[in-house]
Amino acid sequence: MAINVLKPGLSTTVQDLGRPGYYHIGIPQSGGMDSLSLAAANLLVGNPAGAAVLEAVFMGPELEFTADAVVAVTGADMPPKVDGAEQAGWTSFGVKKGQVLSFGFLKSGARAYIAVSGGIDVPVVLGSRSTYTLGALGGHEGRKLMAGDVLPVGTGSGTAGRTVPETLRRKPGAPAELRMLPGLYWHRITEAAGAQFFDDTWKVAPEADRIGYRFKAGTPLEFVPRDQPFGAGSDPSNIVDACYPYGSVQVPGGTEPIVLHRDAVSGGGYFMVGTVVSADMDLIGQLQPHTPTRFVKVTMEQALAARKDRAAVLAAIESSLS
Amino acid sequence: MAKQILSPLPGTFYRKPSPDQPAFKSVGDAVAVGDVIGLIEVMKSFNEVVADQAGIITGFPTDDEEPVMAGQPLVELE
Repeated sequence: MAINVLKPGLSTTVQDLGRPGYYHIGIPQSGGMDSLSLAAANLLVGNPAGAAVLEAVFMGPELEFTADAVVAVTGADMPPKVDGAEQAGWTSFGVKKGQVLSFGFLKSGARAYIAVSGGIDVPVVLGSRSTYTLGALGGHEGRKLMAGDVLPVGTGSGTAGRTVPETLRRKPGAPAELRMLPGLYWHRITEAAGAQFFDDTWKVAPEADRIGYRFKAGTPLEFVPRDQPFGAGSDPSNIVDACYPYGSVQVPGGTEPIVLHRDAVSGGGYFMVGTVVSADMDLIGQLQPHTPTRFVKVTMEQALAARKDRAAVLAAIESSLS
Repeated sequence: MAKQILSPLPGTFYRKPSPDQPAFKSVGDAVAVGDVIGLIEVMKSFNEVVADQAGIITGFPTDDEEPVMAGQPLVELE
């Protein structure tokens, strides 16, 4: 069984839950930006939660199926269509041999996850099928899909008509709220700047992508004066090179925060105000350009509680589909 | 009802190929299917918006350099 890519969409990539374990040598984890939606799509079609799916950002692809399959689309609200007939999101449906899966305009969210029973069967690289486009690693030939690509699909047995209850689907609020734990370099900005950072409503910059989500339209940060440390750059936002955690929020020049995401670099010389909690990283993957967003200060205890809540949602989806 | 060309993407709409060049299309111009009517900037790339309908342009409901959502009207035709 294979899928013929008729139109690729804007940037559609093969992703699973990622390849953790190589960040220390500069290879990011990659994987779905909204991992919960990715897992839910797989569970809907009878796959293991971490099977490889397609992640389509802002615009869906057009895919021709060479055999019958069961498909589910989760994440962004971008209506799937089978030979033009609209299908429900977050619900499994059948696609027959020769039929074409296409998509309507994006209505909300940013990234749709397209799971096919059996999973997208590209080769496993360093333990994952995820695409890391900057490193030309994994996925389908290490790149986003192009028209004419043929994607191998594994053998699976899904059931059409299964659905994830509405209450278990998470969408960004208005404004979107990202919980953040202040980090090691918090002392670099003044108390007033720190308070303003959380008061401001930021906007997602159009250049936000899988590497990092940039935010603009907030107040520039005021730094505490210092003597430039040996090894650090001269800008007040520079530090002696350090590791960048997944979710860390760097603010080059103190002007536009960037939340490092799935395909980020692993280190560098910009200070980080803090780290977005793991429970909210999926939410970032669903933010469109210009979305108003606020950062909400949390403690480590609150961050860990949020992680637990998130795991409970996935468990609830799993049990609702079993 | 007037025909419209809708934005396929969210991002920032540009009516010109670059800041110092004239707009792709202006009010009163004829548009054929396949003509480029503008650009949408998103994720560090500029994506051409191609007309899926033909007609005479009567208006641009979205201004140059304005934020757009997917499905938002960019051009009105008759």
